Amino acid sequence: MIISELQLIMPELSLLGFALLVILLDLFIKQKKVLAGVSIAGLIVSAGFTLLMWGAPTVDIFYGMVAVDRFALFFKLLLLVAAGLVILASQDYVSKFERFQGEYYALVLLSTFGMMLMAAATDLISIYVALELSSISLYVLASFLKDQKSTEAGLKYLLVGAVASAVLLYGMALVFGLTGHTCLICIADVIQGLPIAGLLESPALLLGIILLIAGFGFKIACVPFQMWVPDVYEGAPTPITAYLSVASKAAGFAVVLRVFFVTFGAPVWLSLDWGMLFAVLSAITMTVGNVVAIVQTNIKRLFGYSSIAQAGYLMVGLATVGMAAGTDALGQSGLLFFLASYAVTNLGAFIAIIAISNRIDSDMIDDYAGMGKRAPLLALALTLCLVSLTGLPPTAGLIAKIYIFSGAIHHGLLWLVIIGVINSCISAYYYFRVVKVMWLEAPASEGKVPSSWALRTALFLCCLFVLLLGVVPGCFIGIAEAAARIFGS
Amino acid sequence: MDFGYLTAILFLPLAGIIVIALLPKPQARTIRLTALTFTLASFILSIAVFCLFDRSAGAIGQMQFEEKISWIPAINAFYHLGVDGLSLPMVILMTFLGFLAVLVSWKIELRPREYFIWLLLLETSILGVFCSLDLVLFFLFWELELIPMYFLISIWGSGRKEYAANKYLIYTLVGSAMMLAGILSIYFTTGSLGMMGLCGLSVASPVIPFAAMFFLLFIGFAIKLPMVPLHTWLPDAHTNAPTAVSVILAGALLKMGGYGMIRLCVSIFPEIALRYAPLLVALAVVGVLYGAAVTMRQRDLKRLIAYSSVSHMGYVLLGIFALSQISLTGAVLQMFSHGVITGLLFAMVGLVYDKAHERNLDNLGGLARRMPVITVVFTVAGLASLGLPGTCGFAAEFITFVGCFSSTAVGGIQIYTLLGVLGIVLTAGYILWMLQKVFYGSPLEKYDGVPDADNIEKVCIFSFVAVIMLIGVYPAILTDVIKMGIMPIVKLIGL
Repeated sequence: MIISELQLIMPELSLLGFALLVILLDLFIKQKKVLAGVSIAGLIVSAGFTLLMWGAPTVDIFYGMVAVDRFALFFKLLLLVAAGLVILASQDYVSKFERFQGEYYALVLLSTFGMMLMAAATDLISIYVALELSSISLYVLASFLKDQKSTEAGLKYLLVGAVASAVLLYGMALVFGLTGHTCLICIADVIQGLPIAGLLESPALLLGIILLIAGFGFKIACVPFQMWVPDVYEGAPTPITAYLSVASKAAGFAVVLRVFFVTFGAPVWLSLDWGMLFAVLSAITMTVGNVVAIVQTNIKRLFGYSSIAQAGYLMVGLATVGMAAGTDALGQSGLLFFLASYAVTNLGAFIAIIAISNRIDSDMIDDYAGMGKRAPLLALALTLCLVSLTGLPPTAGLIAKIYIFSGAIHHGLLWLVIIGVINSCISAYYYFRVVKVMWLEAPASEGKVPSSWALRTALFLCCLFVLLLGVVPGCFIGIAEAAARIFGS
Repeated sequence: MDFGYLTAILFLPLAGIIVIALLPKPQARTIRLTALTFTLASFILSIAVFCLFDRSAGAIGQMQFEEKISWIPAINAFYHLGVDGLSLPMVILMTFLGFLAVLVSWKIELRPREYFIWLLLLETSILGVFCSLDLVLFFLFWELELIPMYFLISIWGSGRKEYAANKYLIYTLVGSAMMLAGILSIYFTTGSLGMMGLCGLSVASPVIPFAAMFFLLFIGFAIKLPMVPLHTWLPDAHTNAPTAVSVILAGALLKMGGYGMIRLCVSIFPEIALRYAPLLVALAVVGVLYGAAVTMRQRDLKRLIAYSSVSHMGYVLLGIFALSQISLTGAVLQMFSHGVITGLLFAMVGLVYDKAHERNLDNLGGLARRMPVITVVFTVAGLASLGLPGTCGFAAEFITFVGCFSSTAVGGIQIYTLLGVLGIVLTAGYILWMLQKVFYGSPLEKYDGVPDADNIEKVCIFSFVAVIMLIGVYPAILTDVIKMGIMPIVKLIGL
C-alpha cells in the first residue's frame, strides 16, 4: 500500500512541505527573519518524525526504492542538524542579500530533502534522482552572492557536477546492463551468481565500479575528483561552503557506503578489491589535501583542502568496510562516528569563520591576526574546532580518529593508519598556523567583533558537541554502532 | 565507594581552571592565589596518597587507589586510574612541581588569566598520563599536554618562541602518531586496552610482529625522553619557554617518556626489550656522553641546562634497559631526582635572568656578592646535578650505576656503565665552570643594583633544596615505594 508507506517518509515529506511553505510565506512576509524561524521549525518537525521512527523495524518501501532503516535515520538526523546549524549561522550573512532570502532558505531545505533521500535510497534510479535534487539546489546556492567569485563557483560546480553525474549515470548503466536490475539487492544477487573469480574477468563490472567511484568521488571530494573544491569553497557564500563541506559530503558517504556494501559486498574477492582501491585513494586523498593546504593563505581555501584531507580519513572507513568483507561492522560504525564528529567540528569552525569574516570583510588568514584579543570567545571556539580537526584531545576529533583507525588496523591496514597518523602531524602544521595568527600576532585594529545570538547559539552547540563527543563518546558510538548494525555482521 | 583520591588529584587543577575562567574581571593576584590554592590542594592530596600507600609485601605489583568506570564500551575503554610504586613518585613529583611552578610564575604580568589556565591544564594532563591504566585514556592525556605547551611556549616564551613551539608540536605529534598505531595494534592483538592485564604479553598471532609494536611505542617515548638522536626539539623548547614551563618540562614532562618505557615497552614486551637491550643501552651511553660534550660548549645558561638534561636522561635510559631490579629502581629514582634538581636549576636560571637580564655566560660574572642566596642555592643545585653525596643526585646515580654494573641482562654492560660514569666527570666540568663564570670572579659594575631573591622566591627555591636533601640523606623513603612497582616487572624479565 503506497498510502501507508507515505507515513514512513514523513521526515522527508514534512521537510518538503515546510520548504514550499517558506516559498509561499516569502511572498507575503516583509520580516524575512520569520522565514529562518519557519525553516528551523521544519527541520525540528522533521527531526521529530525521524526520532520517532528510530525504534521501528527496517522496511523497504515504494517497491524497494527507499529503505527506512537506522542507517538512513542516522544520516537524516545528522543532515537535519547540519542544516539547522547552517540556517542559524546564515542569519548574519543572509541579511546582506537584497532579495531572494526566502529562496535561500527554501533551497537549503530542498537540498537537505534530497540528501535525506540519498541516505535512504536503495535503487540506482532513486539514488540518482535524490543526488540530482540535492546537487541542483546546491549549484544555485553556490552562486547566490552573484559577485564574480560566487558566479564562478556556481558555474564551475555546475559544470563539474554535470560531468560527474554523467559519469555516474554511465557507471549505473553499465551495472544495469550487466545485471538487468536497478535495485541494489537484486544487483548483488546477480553479481554473486556471476561465474567469475576476479574483477579483471568482467570488464563491464570493473568499468562500472570505476565510473561509480568517479561519480561519487566528486560528491565526497576525494582525489582525483577534488579540483572543484577550493574554488567553489572560496566563492560560495560561507554558510553554503559549510553546508557543502559537511552535509553534502555526509550524504555522499552514505550513498557510497550503501551501494558498495550492499551491491558489491560479496563475493569476498570483490569486496577486498574495492576495499584496497579505497585504501589507496584514501592515502592519496589525505596526503594531497594536507600538503596543499599548507601553502594556502585564504581560510576558505584552507578549509577546502582540509575537507579533502578529512575525506581521506573518512575513506579509511570505506577501505575497512571493504577489507572486512562483511565479517564485522567496525568500518561502518567508525565512518559514521567520524562523520558525526567531523560535521560538528567543521560546522563549528565555519560558523566562527562566518562571524569573524563578516566583520572584518576578509577571508585572508593574515587578517585574523589578534582575533584572540578582538573576539576571544570566537577565537576560542575556532581554536577548539581546529584542535579537533587535528585530532587532539579533549575533542571529538581524537576519539573519531582512534575509532576509525582501530577498525583499519584490525583488518590489516596498518600501512594506511601510519600514513593517516603522519598526515595528522602534517595537518597540525597548518591548523596551528591559524591558531598562531589568532593568538600570537598583534591585531590590525582594536574593534570588537560582534555576532548575532543565532550565530552564537549555533557555535555554542557545535563546541558543546565537539567536547561531548570527545569526553563521553560512549553513547554516541553506541548510536553509530546501532546504525551500522543493519549491515549485518 | 571510597574517596576518589586520584580523581581529586587529577581534576583539582581542572577545577582551578574553571574557577579562574569564571572569576569576573579578576586581579592578577586573585588568579595567582586561586591557582596556588588548587595546586597546593592537589599536592597535599598526593602526599596523603603517599602516606596511605600500602607498602606491605602482599601489595607488591598491586595497583592501589584504583578507580574504574566504563567509558567507551564500544572499544572496551575504561576510565581506569591507579597508582603503584612506579607511578606514585611521578605523581608526587608533578604535583610538587605544579605547586612550585605557580610560585615561579608569580611575576607573570602578560595575560595572567590565560597563562594560569594553560599551566593548570598542563598539570592535569601530565598527572593523567601517570595515573591512567587504560591505553586510550593514557593516550588522551598524552596528547592533551601538547596544547597547553604549545600556547605557553609560543605566547609567554622568548626568542624564537614560535619556531620552538611548532618544532615541539610536530616532534611530539610524530611520536604520538607512532604510539597510537602501537596502541591500536596491541588492542587488536589482545582485545583489551587495560595497561595492567597486558604484562608479559604472549599471543600466538599478533596483528603485527611484537618487535614492531615495541618500537612504535618506543619511538613515541624516546622522543619525549628525549633519546639522542631524537632530542633536537628539547634545547629549543627549553631555551625559549618561560621559566615555569621549563621547570615542568624538564621536571615532569620528560619523565612521561621514561615512565612509558617501563610501563609499556618493558612490562608488555619483556622479551623484545631483552633482545634489543644492547642496542638501546649503547644509545643511552652515546646520549650521556654526547649530551655532556655538547653541554660544555653552550654559552646560553638555559641551553646549557637543557643539554645537561639530555645527558642525564641518558642515565635513565641506561638504567631502564640494563633491566635489573636495582638498575630499574635507580632509573625511576633518577627520574625523580632529575625532576627536582633540573627543576630547581631552571628556576634559578629564571631568577638570574629576571634580575640580571642576561643569560649569556660571557657577559655574566661576579654575581655572588649581589645575590648570595641565589648563589648558594644555585650551587647546591649544581652540586646535586653532578652527584654530590648527600643530595638526591648522588643516591639516584649511584643506585643506577650499581644496578647497571651488576646486571646480567646485557652482555658487556660493565663497559657501557664505565663509559656512562664518565658522564659524571663531564657534568662536574660544565657545572663548576658555569657556576664560576656566573657567580665568581670580580663583580661587574653593570650588576651593581641587582637584587637578591625575594621572599616568595625563597620559599620556592628552599622547598626544592629541602626535597633534594631529604632524598639524598634518606633515599629509602622513595626506593621502598619504587621497589613495589619494579619487582613484578623484573619477574617478567626472568633474570
